[in-house]
Amino acid sequence: MQIYLPIAELPISILTVLALSGAVGFISGLFGVGGGFLLTPLLIFLDIPPAVAVATVAAQVAGSSTTGVLTYWRRRALDFKLGGILVAGGILGTLLGVLFFNSMRRLGQLELVITLSYVTLFTIIGGLMLYGALRAMLRIRAGKPARLRRRAGTHPWWMGLPWRMRFPRSQLYCSAIPIALLAVVIGFIGAVLGVGGGFILVPALIYFFRIPTAVVVGTSLFQILMTMTGATILHALTNQSVDILLAILLLLGGVIGAQFGGRAARNLNVESFRLLLALLILSVGLRFAIELFIPPSEPFSVILSDSAR
Amino acid sequence: MNRLMQFIAMLALVIGAAAPAHAETLIAAMSSHQIQITSNYTGSQLTVFGVVERDGRTVARGDPYDIVVTVRGPKRMLLVREKERLGPIWINRTQRRFPDSSLFLTVASNRPLSDILSADSARRERIGLENAQQRKDAALDLDVTTARFQDGLIRILSDKGLYSSEERGVTFLSNTMFSAPIDVPATAPTGSYEIDIVLYAGGVPLARQSTNFEVVKSGMEQRLASGAHDLPLLYGLVTVILALLLGWLASVVFRRD
Repeated sequence: MQIYLPIAELPISILTVLALSGAVGFISGLFGVGGGFLLTPLLIFLDIPPAVAVATVAAQVAGSSTTGVLTYWRRRALDFKLGGILVAGGILGTLLGVLFFNSMRRLGQLELVITLSYVTLFTIIGGLMLYGALRAMLRIRAGKPARLRRRAGTHPWWMGLPWRMRFPRSQLYCSAIPIALLAVVIGFIGAVLGVGGGFILVPALIYFFRIPTAVVVGTSLFQILMTMTGATILHALTNQSVDILLAILLLLGGVIGAQFGGRAARNLNVESFRLLLALLILSVGLRFAIELFIPPSEPFSVILSDSAR
Repeated sequence: MNRLMQFIAMLALVIGAAAPAHAETLIAAMSSHQIQITSNYTGSQLTVFGVVERDGRTVARGDPYDIVVTVRGPKRMLLVREKERLGPIWINRTQRRFPDSSLFLTVASNRPLSDILSADSARRERIGLENAQQRKDAALDLDVTTARFQDGLIRILSDKGLYSSEERGVTFLSNTMFSAPIDVPATAPTGSYEIDIVLYAGGVPLARQSTNFEVVKSGMEQRLASGAHDLPLLYGLVTVILALLLGWLASVVFRRD
């Protein structure tokens, strides 16, 4: 069954979109990532104009993270104080990112910057996480504890910087500086690459701040919800590229998928969680690397230059 | 009186001189002048009908008639980029602008264009996918790079079904009557489309006729699209509220604990 999308200006199969968004929603609910970094390339592959894909996915991510936020909130696995700092830092980072984005576009190298960042960021983060997860699994196999327990009084130096704050829900007593800095970096990357940044935020909060996984996922979803709500309205205002029909279809699949993903997350132990997320991020990085290194079968590409689409 | 006779004689001379060149006229009609996009739109088909009109004074032709129908869609600025090798990686390095390029182009004829007219006249008369977009004042020979980029443009848009060359797209129903179905795919842009019909015989253009049609959104599609453009803030807010509402609804529906 096909439906014509008014903004994307093409007909699309309803079942394809529902299946696609359902699968991405599952992953989103499972890992607490927005899923935009998976859904946007998939929609572009279905011939949806890139600007429409990015803007509409923002709306979809906002909706599907709402479900997750409510679920984690009920389970008291959402740290609003931490989330607030992340949102504030994220706004600053987004502004810086937009400035950088525009200056690279003036230099004509935007596309290269985006592809190279995708490759380096995803392969490095994915690779590091895979290494960590595999090592932890081997330690468990060998009968040792998975990782060193956090002992009272010992913590990385960055937690001891000034403006220390208590985050009771995250079981964290830490300086606000590194958290805000992390949020700025993620906002920056998100604006340049058009992704929510959950895939960086989640591992960073787990590795650098040792926050419990459930709280990390809930708080990350909260940050994504806030950012993507703003992004949707900005996209609608600046280039009218949000397709409301496509958003509804993506949401129907996404929210249902996210429900099952969120439930599956409860039955998943920390180590497999880390391994799976690492593999997912690594494979996206490798996919972009292939595009960069393999000689293209069609060297030419055609884009519309004057309009948003 | 003398002068009047002179005038009539002159008039007769003018008409007489014009008479041998009295060529065919082309009359064309469309099955429809508007394609409306509704939510179940998956493309459409129009038909161009035409008659070659002759009268007693039209010269007899040794060659059969040929018809070439060119449909040009809405014009946009297109940017064509080429990936090149830089060290180990492939990146976009050179690009060419093609201003005022149609996003939709169909050239239909009753037999292959190369049989109808020479390559030179095709270029001069803007017939064929390569030539249909050239400006009249443009140099006849494109430089090698531009031609390569233009080939790329035509290849990509042909793959997407937006450009097509139909060598048997025009059917003669009788010696002088023809029809040409025009396929408009769902991905064809909204806007106005121009149709140029040219009658050839022996490689010489004898008559031309133009008509047009438009592709417009209608009903809900039209309301949503104009809402997005005219009331962007409201449209954005409605989308977000809808998104959050659906998210909330899902958590209520699926709530177990």
